[in-house]
Amino acid sequence: MAELSTTAAAPPARPPIWNDPRYRAIFFQVVVLILILLGFAYIGNNTVQNLERQGIASGFGFLQTTAGFSVSMSLIEYSEEHSYGRAFLVGFLNTILVSAVSIVFASILGLIIGIARLSRNWLIARMAMVYIEVLRNIPLLLQIFFWYFAVLRALPSPRNSASLFDMIFLNNRGIITPAPVFEEGFWLVAAALGIAIVAVVIIARWAHQRQERTGQQFHTVYVSLALLIGLPLLAAALAGFPLSWSFPELQGFNFRGGVGLIPEFVALMLALSMYTAAFIAEIVRAGILAVSHGQTEAAYAVGLRPGPTLRLVIIPQASRVIIPPLTSQYLNLTKNSSLAAAIAYPDLVLVFAGTALMQTGQAVEIMGITMGIYLLISLLISAFMNWYNQKMALVER
Amino acid sequence: MTNETYQPGHHPDLPPPASTVGVLGWMRANLLSSPLNIGLTLLGLYLIYLVVPPILSWAFIDANFSGQTREDCVKEGACWVFIKVWFKQLMYGRYPNTELWRINAAYIIFAISLILLLIPRFPWKGWLGLFLLVVFPLIAYYLFVGDSFGLMGVETPLWGGLFLTLVIAVLGIVASLPLGIVLALGRRSDMPIVRAICVAFIEFWRGVPLITVLFMSSVMFPLFMPEGTYFDKLLRALIGVMLFSAAYMAEVVRGGLQAIPKGQFEAASALGLSYWKSMGLIVMPQALKMVIPGIVNTFIGLFKDTTLVLIIGLFDFLGMAQLAATNPDWLGFAVEGYVFVAFGFWCFCFSMSRYSQNLEKKLHTGF
Repeated sequence: MAELSTTAAAPPARPPIWNDPRYRAIFFQVVVLILILLGFAYIGNNTVQNLERQGIASGFGFLQTTAGFSVSMSLIEYSEEHSYGRAFLVGFLNTILVSAVSIVFASILGLIIGIARLSRNWLIARMAMVYIEVLRNIPLLLQIFFWYFAVLRALPSPRNSASLFDMIFLNNRGIITPAPVFEEGFWLVAAALGIAIVAVVIIARWAHQRQERTGQQFHTVYVSLALLIGLPLLAAALAGFPLSWSFPELQGFNFRGGVGLIPEFVALMLALSMYTAAFIAEIVRAGILAVSHGQTEAAYAVGLRPGPTLRLVIIPQASRVIIPPLTSQYLNLTKNSSLAAAIAYPDLVLVFAGTALMQTGQAVEIMGITMGIYLLISLLISAFMNWYNQKMALVER
Repeated sequence: MTNETYQPGHHPDLPPPASTVGVLGWMRANLLSSPLNIGLTLLGLYLIYLVVPPILSWAFIDANFSGQTREDCVKEGACWVFIKVWFKQLMYGRYPNTELWRINAAYIIFAISLILLLIPRFPWKGWLGLFLLVVFPLIAYYLFVGDSFGLMGVETPLWGGLFLTLVIAVLGIVASLPLGIVLALGRRSDMPIVRAICVAFIEFWRGVPLITVLFMSSVMFPLFMPEGTYFDKLLRALIGVMLFSAAYMAEVVRGGLQAIPKGQFEAASALGLSYWKSMGLIVMPQALKMVIPGIVNTFIGLFKDTTLVLIIGLFDFLGMAQLAATNPDWLGFAVEGYVFVAFGFWCFCFSMSRYSQNLEKKLHTGF
């Protein structure tokens, strides 16, 4: 008996150290870490040797040297004498520009098609479905090629370009529209617009607080519209309408004046927005379907009219479902804008990872910067998504 | 005319009004229910009128089907002769004509096993799956590359067209599956270093566009390897595609792992199974079955993305169409090429997405 009680009180035999899960985990992690470090060291060593053998410089000094190539479209001043760093900035801004414009168009088109897909009208719903099924099952690159080589290249030359009211011209060099020319005193109008926006924000807050407190509503929309249109108009009248337009005119073989969009930009924008719109439409549809019909009925039962029902009940709940996949579509669109390289739109990949890499041969640095930029964009967007998710998550009481 | 009288509640049922049943009733309910609806229907009809007749007349009515040269395309519409002449290149690239049977043989083996695999009642599914994943790639490798068993060697630069697209997409997805599983397990592991490495790997590849991955694999892989190592262009692209899709696959598998109830893990531990045994025998079979639709969706995305290899100079399906359209003898037929390639891609992607939707419905019935 005594023996039994002592064995029961004794601690269980400790497993040998190689069977202890804790030490095993540490051992395993150390092995993985060493293997990965060895792999990186091997690659790094090879790279250094290869670069030395090929006589390629390393380091980021090249960013200050003269690039010596020109770029067909630039938002900032750029010429052949500018540096590689400047060329990088040009490419980066072009990527941002085409992504931002396409995101706007894709959202509008996707919203319309997503709602049309749910329409009670059979014909409209079917047409939206055909659009979605056709566009999202065809590779994006093919769509870009189609718009660029098949549609825009087939447009007439500048001399015979199609025109809208003799103001907007469409030809195989792109779209040319009138450009605004800001004259002296325009800052007054801009300042007025800024003041109007600030005022609208303040009024909206005040109206919301008053409604919370007293239940009285305020005509925020009308007042805001009046402010937004009235103030800048007043300022413009005071400054003597300091804005004129430069109209495109045909001179010789090409247009002078106005602002032109190169066909590469137009093709890329069309393809990106139409392709992504198909995905956004499905997201919008799923989001609206996710709000149960009882919510609409309950809103009607408490006396809300269809407009406020949509604004106060349906959209806030649908947006909780829609926003996360929507941001990931925006991210996809931004990454897909790198396909610009295939039709020579001067984006980050073409200008920097293409031309600059060919000229300097500094593959490691240039690919590192390019991928780093895309990585940064995607991390920023996913950080935003996490923040939004937390803000919008259901608060359970 | 008799005026029969009925007791209250005994009148026989009248047929529904003619305007609520049949074609007429359907049209009233679905097309013409309100003024707005009538307007939308008219708008829809107008759009169809604008788009469909020109496409039909271009693609079929006014199209040219017979002939061998571009001079045979006399009518207004599409010149399908272009596709006919370039058909072999669009399908197989520059693979030697006498060796095409090798590709076709691999296609047939693959198609037969796939069809058998899709039959719900087929008894030896496990073995067949193993054959497709392990034995078939070996057979396909020897068939495509040749240079042994008395077959003529075919260099990869001769590969092209739809064949190359399929090789890249299928190999990319098959090779990325094991890596994706390991990464997903690593991301859910308790070991902090392993988890950090896996998260970094996954987020890195998911954060960059495929085109930069392909650029990197074509310019940087040669730098990474010791002097004198030569990598095939196709192999470099394949490694890039594989690493890229492994990251996406890992996220899909992770979704499946998260859907497995905790009781399954605990039951496996209670039985005394080791980590790898509990994963391999209990968790993974359930998780992988659940994520088949996700894998198919990843495959569709990858299949569409394989077109990007044309940017680093491989001639896949779209690349061949592009090459054919820039041939001096056949200038001006780009649209026909694009439409044909688009149709090919569409058939593949649409049928796969329908299959995965079906599967999703089937898998959800148990819940």
